[in-house]
Amino acid sequence: MNQQDGYADDIVKGFIIWSMVWGLVAVLVGVFISFQIAFPQLNFPPYLTYGRLRPIHTNAGIFGWGIGSFMAFFIYITQRLTRTSLWSPALAKAQLWLFNVVIALAAVTLAMGMNRSKEYAELEWPVASLVVVLWVIFAVNIVMTIVKRREEQMYISLWYILATLVGVAVLYLVNNASIPVSLTKSYSAYAGANDANVQWWYGHNAVAMVLTTPPLAIFYYFLPKATGVPIYSHRMGVVAFWSLIFMYLWTGAHHLLWAPVPDWVQTLAMGFSVMLIAPSWAAVFNGYFSMNGQWHQMRENYLVKFLIFGITFYGMQTLQGPSQSIRTFSAFIHFTDWVPGHVHMGTLGWVSLVLFAAIYYTVPRLYHTEVYSIPMANMHFWLVLTGQLIFSITMWIAGVQQAAMLNATNPDGSLHYSFIETMAELYPYWYMRAAGGVIYLAGLLLFLYNIYKTITVGKAQAAVQPA
Amino acid sequence: MIEKKPIIFLLLATATILVGTIITMVLPFRWINDPKLAIASVKPYTPLQLEGRDIYIREGCNNCHTQTVRPLLSDTERYGEYSKSGEFVYDQPFLWGSRRNGPDLARIGGKYPDAWHVKHMKDPRAMVPRSNMPSYAFLDRPLDTSLTEKKMKALKFPYTQADIDALKGKTELDAMVAYMQKVGNDIPWRKTGKAEVVGELKNPFQDNLSVLPEAQKLYAEHCAQCHGIELKGEVGPDLRDMDKPDAKVFATIYSGITEGGMPAFGDTLGKERTWKLVTYLKSVHRK
Repeated sequence: MNQQDGYADDIVKGFIIWSMVWGLVAVLVGVFISFQIAFPQLNFPPYLTYGRLRPIHTNAGIFGWGIGSFMAFFIYITQRLTRTSLWSPALAKAQLWLFNVVIALAAVTLAMGMNRSKEYAELEWPVASLVVVLWVIFAVNIVMTIVKRREEQMYISLWYILATLVGVAVLYLVNNASIPVSLTKSYSAYAGANDANVQWWYGHNAVAMVLTTPPLAIFYYFLPKATGVPIYSHRMGVVAFWSLIFMYLWTGAHHLLWAPVPDWVQTLAMGFSVMLIAPSWAAVFNGYFSMNGQWHQMRENYLVKFLIFGITFYGMQTLQGPSQSIRTFSAFIHFTDWVPGHVHMGTLGWVSLVLFAAIYYTVPRLYHTEVYSIPMANMHFWLVLTGQLIFSITMWIAGVQQAAMLNATNPDGSLHYSFIETMAELYPYWYMRAAGGVIYLAGLLLFLYNIYKTITVGKAQAAVQPA
Repeated sequence: MIEKKPIIFLLLATATILVGTIITMVLPFRWINDPKLAIASVKPYTPLQLEGRDIYIREGCNNCHTQTVRPLLSDTERYGEYSKSGEFVYDQPFLWGSRRNGPDLARIGGKYPDAWHVKHMKDPRAMVPRSNMPSYAFLDRPLDTSLTEKKMKALKFPYTQADIDALKGKTELDAMVAYMQKVGNDIPWRKTGKAEVVGELKNPFQDNLSVLPEAQKLYAEHCAQCHGIELKGEVGPDLRDMDKPDAKVFATIYSGITEGGMPAFGDTLGKERTWKLVTYLKSVHRK
């Protein structure tokens, strides 16, 4: 009954629900580790220390919530934009199982300390190999669906989807190259500064290929769907797309400014990071100009509110990011709390707001009902916005304060503060960040409840009126 | 138009992302870890150090501690000589980190005596009162050495049977301390970079009791962890009844005693605060 037009939508439902489960795990762990930083007594070794939990937080967020929902919407969007049913629903079903097995394995192995130490590529080689299988299954299914499509022209979203499929594959394979010692232990195939350069080429382009191109694909699809008017400029979309995926790959070394990797690599990364403002803002303007004459919808249509705030945070993120990649500014704020503040504006502000909108849009349609409560969705919006702003703003202030203290000198040229003196001043900010996290969590719970009720009401209605 | 040809589109997108990849990620392999940049004194890890490093990885220490000193005043004055690529040729993976919730550890090797590390790992707040580091007392358990030889072989590090035999009876904590003492200590920067104290040294605060409250605070923060808040000594010696001349005490605090495990505080404290500490130390007597 849910396979309208022959689309494989049950699988979309599965991915949406599981990505929300992992999203909740990511936020719960995130809130917990923010309390651990403020109250070290909350570390319970060996399994529940900050050092072991932080990778679980990032992996659950990026791979569980992020990738999980991208899989849902790639399958949803691709079928509709190609007017073709999914190439192999059976393969997609296997993919959902494998996805959950991989994420659960990731959480368990990381808690046990099986960890490659490379950020966002922590999973030991057996789990990482399963990720590769998962991605191949997914990519083949989407590409084959596009190949046998019935709509000749490929809309912008499909370009971003294709770029994501190939980009993630290249990045993941190269950075996960390992020398296995046992099933639970391996060493990186690269050494020292080479390993660092490969890692941050991966690390920053995970931001490109996981936290930028997929949400853009989703944004470009759901903004016109939500507002009922087409996207402002196809041509601007073309220029932005190619320049974005060209420039991003040069920028990884801005994570390594002042580190012992060649100077020219750092300088190229800095230059390209600044240039990236152009394609990033082309997407922002494409979103804004699509709202011409439609701005009243910000008030009337809660979906538009999520999407436009999302693209606005994307715009701010892509101004702040390049500024951080400039050597002098990096020298000041790198290694401080400023950076987590920056990252969470992207993940909570940009990626998650867009995903919330997409879920609010699709779930009622997939279950042939209306969203359970729009006031609750509005409340959700304001809570997650407040929580995220508290998080980011306190961390920016904390970062600037600590940086200033670390750089303070006495008249005789010696440093004024020891490290611990600068760190001890951060506790008040850490309390506030944890409070921001709790507010965000409250918003998320409201969202989950709203979607849960939407689904149960939808199912109840379907039972009453058999198709 | 390529927007109508998905396979060509896919190939073009791949080519596009490979340009930056090849130039900034593949090409640097040609220059990074070049034999010309090798540092002869940098040695591979011993079996015990490698096991310690693997515990560092397992516990995710790199989530809070970086291991790169940047060539910036606030880094070099605080941590020591800036990091060079030749120092990391045996690091698979690299552990430079990305966030300093705790201090940088690139120059931790040789900074403190082993006993300091043991006490600090077991109860960080006993040594650094406002620290938020978790307690790692549980590392005081037998070291699992079942994979050690395989690990050394996988990384092609030299070792002897004696090295392997020596692991018997070692704890995880022993391995961790051995690793900490190795990090950043393969180049002789502590000797060459040591601040020389030259000229006649005269204490500007001699018998100036007004500096004592501030000096006592400095002592509590920088010295008490090893010498005890009552100066009775713990990791370091008893400091009551200091009978050395002011200039000698100053030189010890300012430049440290490398062999004795006393860190140099000159870069952190500067001259003025070091003199204040000297004044405080000389003012305390055994009752």
